[in-house]
Amino acid sequence: MGSEKIRRITSFLILGLLLVGTGIVTGCGSKTTETPTPGQNTPAALSGSLTIAGSTSVQPFSEVLAEEFMAKNKGVQINVQGGGSSVGIEAAVTGAAQIGASSRAVKAEETAKGLTATTIALDGIAVVVNPANTLTGLTTEQVMNIYLGNIKNWNEVGGPDAVITVVTREEGSGTRDAFSEIVLAKKDIIKTAIVQNSTGAVRTTVAGDKNAIGYVSLSSLNQEVKALDINGAAANEANVKAGTYKIQRPFIYVTKGAPSGLAQAFIDYVLSPEGQQLIVEEGAFSIK
Amino acid sequence: MAGASGKDKLLTGIFWLAGIFIVLILAGIIGYVLFRGASSLSLDFILQPPSRAGRLGGISTTIVGTVYLTLLALLAAVPVGVGSAIYLEEYAHSRSRFAKLVNLTAETLAGIPSIVFGLFGFVFFVIFLGMGWSVLSGGLTMAIMILPTITRTAQEAILAVAGEYRENSLALGASRWQTVRRVILPSALPGIVTGIILSIGRAVGETAAIILTAGSSLGMPVSPMDPARTMSVHLYIMAMEGISTERAFGTACLIVVLIVIINYLANLSLSRLTKAMR
Amino acid sequence: MQPISKNLHRRGESWIEKGLAFCAALFVIVIAIITIFIFARGLPILLKVGVADFLFNTDWRPTSNSFGIGTMLVGSLVVTTASLLWAVPLGIMTAIFMAEVAPPRASRWLGALVELLAGIPSVVYGFVGLVLIVPFIRNYLGGNGLSVLAGAIILGIMILPTIINISRDAIRAVPKEYKEGSLALGATHYQSIRRVILPAARSGIITAVVLGMGRAIGETMAVVMVTGNSPIIPAGVLSPVRTMTSNIVLEMGYAAGDHQAALFATGVVLFVFIVILNLVVNMSLKAGAANGRR
Repeated sequence: MGSEKIRRITSFLILGLLLVGTGIVTGCGSKTTETPTPGQNTPAALSGSLTIAGSTSVQPFSEVLAEEFMAKNKGVQINVQGGGSSVGIEAAVTGAAQIGASSRAVKAEETAKGLTATTIALDGIAVVVNPANTLTGLTTEQVMNIYLGNIKNWNEVGGPDAVITVVTREEGSGTRDAFSEIVLAKKDIIKTAIVQNSTGAVRTTVAGDKNAIGYVSLSSLNQEVKALDINGAAANEANVKAGTYKIQRPFIYVTKGAPSGLAQAFIDYVLSPEGQQLIVEEGAFSIK
Repeated sequence: MAGASGKDKLLTGIFWLAGIFIVLILAGIIGYVLFRGASSLSLDFILQPPSRAGRLGGISTTIVGTVYLTLLALLAAVPVGVGSAIYLEEYAHSRSRFAKLVNLTAETLAGIPSIVFGLFGFVFFVIFLGMGWSVLSGGLTMAIMILPTITRTAQEAILAVAGEYRENSLALGASRWQTVRRVILPSALPGIVTGIILSIGRAVGETAAIILTAGSSLGMPVSPMDPARTMSVHLYIMAMEGISTERAFGTACLIVVLIVIINYLANLSLSRLTKAMR
Repeated sequence: MQPISKNLHRRGESWIEKGLAFCAALFVIVIAIITIFIFARGLPILLKVGVADFLFNTDWRPTSNSFGIGTMLVGSLVVTTASLLWAVPLGIMTAIFMAEVAPPRASRWLGALVELLAGIPSVVYGFVGLVLIVPFIRNYLGGNGLSVLAGAIILGIMILPTIINISRDAIRAVPKEYKEGSLALGATHYQSIRRVILPAARSGIITAVVLGMGRAIGETMAVVMVTGNSPIIPAGVLSPVRTMTSNIVLEMGYAAGDHQAALFATGVVLFVFIVILNLVVNMSLKAGAANGRR
């Protein structure tokens, strides 16, 4: 009976400690976020808040850039939101966001609304096959017909007699959107395509099936898969920058009128060597 | 007669084969995971935080995330689960409408797919209550998922407490709650512990609901409002993203070892329970 | 005891009772909140598209405003049926083995192993399926390997414990006299199992199958990892397929607006399906009990 009691008391103690511990931890957590003191800022300190909304493909880049920028300028709060390229451009027009993020070129009728577009990075999409595949290149036309289901066998494009396994990203994915817009003219991808919901999963699927074809962001290429030349241009940074590799898209920040104030300071930072370095680390190409 | 016994022997053989086949499936899965994963298991793997998206380093933050989330879930679910079991078995008339309704909802709750809990946790805790992707959102979602298990095992344990104990205690002038606290709960403790152990197993293995509510951030969760990645979510991401097959096997191996231990403990406390029932 | 403290005591007791009752009531409250929140997100789009259209239209292009989960509905049913096809016979045979054939020691051991099988997380099953079964199908049977077959194999393993445990309990619950009477009449052991025990345990076995089916339909992670997720009506067992659960977990990441609402609507369909299945089990259990067969 005695040990029973001790056991019960111990369990209550543990429970209590846990509760107290949680309390302390939360307390500490909130305290650390309050530490930035306005006093230690340089005289020309920036302050205020900035909202960036738009393309989900640009979002991770904006988040990293914003994080670094906020670390340097303690008085600044930057909110990064998704929504898609069109939403971002719309938000910049209406002023809902100071910066709209787009992962497609800004259309003429959109610039006509007084928008200024600044390209901050370039991103390429690689068409990948299994390393065992003997093919080295395709044309955008052929890639399109494979994804639309008009070409079903590798021998129709100069490969072996084998049925092509088409692998694609899920609906809503920014990479799928961009691929669909650039290569497929937004036509529907064949429905029997295997659907995976991440770059890595597409790569793994292609790496495991010698008849598979997929597409991934150029930055996430590795040895497991082989990137095809498109229209004779190899999938690499130089060809993306030169414009000879066609499956590419710009990452753009749009502002209403010329950027000013905090938005300008942030865009300047993004275009600085340091900001561009962060973009490269996150897996896109710098604009220079 | 000889024919019939020959047929019987054949049937006996077939039934043995069925049993052996089940053992083979289990041995195959566990053996394969252990075989491929054991080599990546090391103290460093358990104690080091992951780096380069999990390509390097260990899985310490995901272990902490798993433990943290499970503890929060238990903290919320055990009092409520045991409390309702006590109410249903000791206070409510088992034929009352309310008791029937609660039992029915408990059964329904137990059958709901985890992805639906995930959707719910996402709209309710993450968005509506503004908790964001956090250990707290994940833990509370998990708490709802393990509630039926905890209540049911506690109910069974309380039911198994001999009627005389209860009646003697009441006859000696003890109030209902005194009886529950001094007589029923101590005898039902092994059963309640079994429920908790089984719930830990469920929490360790859950993936779909956790991804939607606790997120998949690799950082070390400190405050309950921090996002976290559990071991199962880590395994899913490692495997699907093809980040590191070796580390995926290591994580799978650790999860399987944990589950084997948890099952062993549950069996142990269960056999103690059945002994106590005599 | 003085009357005052007794009174206080009594008040404490009643508060405790209220507190405990609230715990029990939380079950009802929680399920009400779950229902409200899932429906609030999913129902509007379901009504906008039309329930029949949402369920039976086979065109799923959520970013082009075409929301039909017909292929996923079929996908869930096909994968589930295929898994039941092999797991039910094997599960029932194992249950008979444990209850009637195996020596008690072997039966206890097997019971513990089946519990372990139930305890292994679905993501581990999915992982093993991905690294073992999918490549096997691709190399020896054809196709990409991500297929109905891979899903059915993995799901079948996952629902075996449910089927085995509930069937075994049902078989064990058959009164001993039934079997003894049958044996006394000259029937062999296996004749007794087939003619007397199995019919008597029927409602329990049906419950086992239905609950296994519920688990198979609701399973998510293992399925999304091994089935390829193409939104098509599968043309065969080697064809890829997408289930309702996969649809949700696959597209939640980037879905917004109506697309996200449509995923919640998929959750609503799943939820209603499972609740109906559970009610059916509940009623059949009661019917079974009324027949004195359980």
